[in-house]
Amino acid sequence: MLIFLRLTFRNLFRHKLRTGLTALGIVIAIVAFVLLRTVVDAWYAGAEATAANRLITRNAISLVFPLPISYANRIRQVDGVTGLSYSNWFGGVYIDERNFFPNFAVEPKTYLELYPELILPETEKAAFIKDRKGAIAGRKLADTYGWKIGDVIPLRGTIYAGNWSFVLRGIYRGAEKKTDETLFLFHWDNLNETLKKTDVSRADRVGVYVIRIDRAERAAEISEAVDRLFENSLAETLTETEEAFQLGFVAMTEAILIAIKIVSFVVIVIIMAVMANTMAMSVRERLREYATLKAVGFGSHYLLGLIMGESLVLSISSGILGILAAFPASNFLVTMFGTLFPAVDVSTQTIELSLIASCLIGLAAAVFPAWRVITLPVSEGLRSIG
Amino acid sequence: MKIPFSYSWKSLWARKATSVLTAAGMALVVYVFATALMLTEGLEQTLVATGSEDNVILIRQGAETEVQSSIEREQAAIIESGPEIAYAPNGTKLASKEVLVLMTLPKRGSDKPSNVTIRGLSEKGLMLRAQVHLIEGRMFRPGSSEIIAGKKIAENFKGAGVGETIRFGMRNWTVVGVMDAGNTGFSSEIWGDAEQLMQAFRRTAYSAVVAKLADVSLLESFRSRIETDPRMKVDAKRETVFYAEQSEMMANFLKILGMTLSVIFSLGAIIGAVITMYGAVASRTREIGTLRALGFQRSGILSAFLFESSLLGLIGGLVGVALASGMQFLTVSTLNWQTFSELAFTFTLTPAITFQSLAFSLLMGLVGGLLPAFRAARMDLIEALRSV
Amino acid sequence: MNPIVEIQNLTKHYWKGDQIVPVLTDINLVIQEGDFLALMGPSGSGKSTLLNLIAGLDRPTSGVLRVGGVNIAELPESSLTDWRSVHVGFIFQFYNLMPVLTAFENVELPLLLTGLSRRERRDHVNLVLELVGLTDRMDHYPSQLSGGQQQRVAIARALVVDPTLIVADEPTGDLDRISAEDVLNLMEHLNLNLGKTIIMVTHDQRAAAKAHSIRRLDKGVLTDDPSGAD
Repeated sequence: MLIFLRLTFRNLFRHKLRTGLTALGIVIAIVAFVLLRTVVDAWYAGAEATAANRLITRNAISLVFPLPISYANRIRQVDGVTGLSYSNWFGGVYIDERNFFPNFAVEPKTYLELYPELILPETEKAAFIKDRKGAIAGRKLADTYGWKIGDVIPLRGTIYAGNWSFVLRGIYRGAEKKTDETLFLFHWDNLNETLKKTDVSRADRVGVYVIRIDRAERAAEISEAVDRLFENSLAETLTETEEAFQLGFVAMTEAILIAIKIVSFVVIVIIMAVMANTMAMSVRERLREYATLKAVGFGSHYLLGLIMGESLVLSISSGILGILAAFPASNFLVTMFGTLFPAVDVSTQTIELSLIASCLIGLAAAVFPAWRVITLPVSEGLRSIG
Repeated sequence: MKIPFSYSWKSLWARKATSVLTAAGMALVVYVFATALMLTEGLEQTLVATGSEDNVILIRQGAETEVQSSIEREQAAIIESGPEIAYAPNGTKLASKEVLVLMTLPKRGSDKPSNVTIRGLSEKGLMLRAQVHLIEGRMFRPGSSEIIAGKKIAENFKGAGVGETIRFGMRNWTVVGVMDAGNTGFSSEIWGDAEQLMQAFRRTAYSAVVAKLADVSLLESFRSRIETDPRMKVDAKRETVFYAEQSEMMANFLKILGMTLSVIFSLGAIIGAVITMYGAVASRTREIGTLRALGFQRSGILSAFLFESSLLGLIGGLVGVALASGMQFLTVSTLNWQTFSELAFTFTLTPAITFQSLAFSLLMGLVGGLLPAFRAARMDLIEALRSV
Repeated sequence: MNPIVEIQNLTKHYWKGDQIVPVLTDINLVIQEGDFLALMGPSGSGKSTLLNLIAGLDRPTSGVLRVGGVNIAELPESSLTDWRSVHVGFIFQFYNLMPVLTAFENVELPLLLTGLSRRERRDHVNLVLELVGLTDRMDHYPSQLSGGQQQRVAIARALVVDPTLIVADEPTGDLDRISAEDVLNLMEHLNLNLGKTIIMVTHDQRAAAKAHSIRRLDKGVLTDDPSGAD
């Protein structure tokens, strides 16, 4: 058995250039595969960083329509509701459209209560709540633009016209790796007071309500109860779990995600073709050797093992190298995307799939050459020239 | 001095399996390349085609989309009365005051939601969009709860076909017609009576004003006048330019993503070509020696092998483009994250894309065959003749 | 008498690291037009190297090497290549035909280096194929021909440019007795009746017997005086 391992390795190194190039191809393919899947995962990441006991209530028509602030008290009365906050998507632009990050006007005290995963030192939290012109930013966001506590951050309003500025009172960090550290939050009252003066018809309106419930299993029941409250009113609501809400966004760009997933498999097929080519060439050159082995008495399974073994050793070891290389590559990707995605992480599922793909590449590449060798008559094989 | 072309392609044919596999790898890469370009082209064509050259659209200053914008009734009236605005046949000004909202509707089949643009307009609005015509049913009656749906919305969304109803603003709205606006963004919208929709959505202000200029050249003067008018804060843009800008981010993203992927994948295909061509050179060493002995120059050998690998690239490219052209039957239905609304477009193959894809493919073949061809050309004659 | 090949003080050696490996030492040889010369000698005697030098496939380390009046030792590489295409016809031990070309196309190959038109080329090819007796096989691929037939195609290829001389390196080395006989007879015919100058390296006594004269090499040196007819 050891002889066969030695034979396999020696055969691989006979053509160092060919083996090396094939390995390089597989590494590139696996890195591409991992990166593509990781981008797709990042897209879904928002849905993962949700809590099962949080619900989001929005206007039933679409997110573009607000809800009256008067709903707050009525929602609080619903059985099972243990906490309530609200936020408005502000959509402000920081200097340039390309510097995208999510910014919201929120009710500061309750919002931080409902999102305990946003961790702030007590002093910063107190300073933020006290200063109506204040704001807090996630650590990743602050690092990207080099913000420090006390900085004045200007935002150009798109939905709410005008030039706005806020004083950075705190920088939060996420409790878990998947927590979004790219949020920018400021006072809802700040927005509202300004609206009362400039655009009264839009004042006292909330984008979404965030509800905390006592038990996650009651989500469906409580959602219905909230929506029933506002049925047939001027602003009907749609309440759903936070996860469903986030997934709704993802679903809208699903076509692109499906395309990227498909493309990630196309790259595997491409490299299968390349490796199949390599194996076909190697085997063809050595037909006389395989025929000799057959003549001496080694049966089909030995030959199959030899060829499959060579193919798998190459594909799996290259695959592992590819997986290892994918980590620094995905870190590079993170720096490129900046604050576009909250978290970019290579998932275990992706790694597993990559290993499976490596095995498949090796197997597929060896199938035809192995079949050819096994079915070739010995005499013919002995006569062939490499 | 030339080694015949038949030698090159017959040599490819003699090693069928390896040639097919290498060309197949390149074909797949070209497929990805061409598809990405086709996607971007389809998107750009859709949004560039939307709107007319002689229409101007006004939204509130600072707003990036019609949905974010609001224009008060008085402001709309002032805009309409401007001397640069053309007259409609009946003597009134050809300006349409429109309201735009987004509504979340479930898609047919999957039930997954997406945001659909609902545009409230008047007869003037219809006059300004000459490229739109009804392909089913009839136009909505002013003052009623009737709506018409763009072709892509009627096909893909629940309740948006003729005779079906959608409920919002505490009313049932009946779809009485389907419009075809070609490849433009309007095919992904639902249209209804502006006043009725404003009532339903409790809007008092319009979102935008679209008007036709008396003369196309008046755009600049109109713009400078209206943008400095102290009674309002608006931006005026040529309608085509406005819509083109709305897809810029997404088009750029798709193009960059597509090109990056293609380049990375091409490395794989090029590696395949390199392996194949090195193998070809190695197994034909004695042949190469013979050709040199007969008197063919090194440059001739180089060209022959480069020609071979380029041919592989070309064949791969043709197959890849053929595969990609099949994508033209698919419609992409996705959210344009700049406008936050639904946009449907198709993969569009243009002669330019075909040409670029084939060139890309030829390049892959050339690059892949370069080093092996040099090895073949630089071979020592005697050693080559002696090899087995 | 017209000397085709004039060799004076020809030496060829290789470098192995910093050691000199002599292959040919001080060769002096004259070959007349119309000669049929066999070069014989044990393995490693340098006979193939000498043949390669005369054919312009390799360069001598020192000495004079005139073929058809031209000192080919002084020609730059690309000129040497061009010179070869016109002046030398090759016959190899393993035929060295292009497996992907037909017999006709293989024979046509050297003509592509000339300025002849398609029709002119076709005429030349037909002529030589008839000479070697393979007109009916012109569209066959080498894999469809026997060893002897393949060698005859190679001979046709060697003839088609009407070269100054024909060099053959072990032409019968891979052939059975009958095919070898055929090939040798053909070569004899080319020499006697068409006046072609042939220089042949061989182990085969039968082959040597067909030649006019035999020179022997041993350890890079000619070991005998010219024998046979002039």
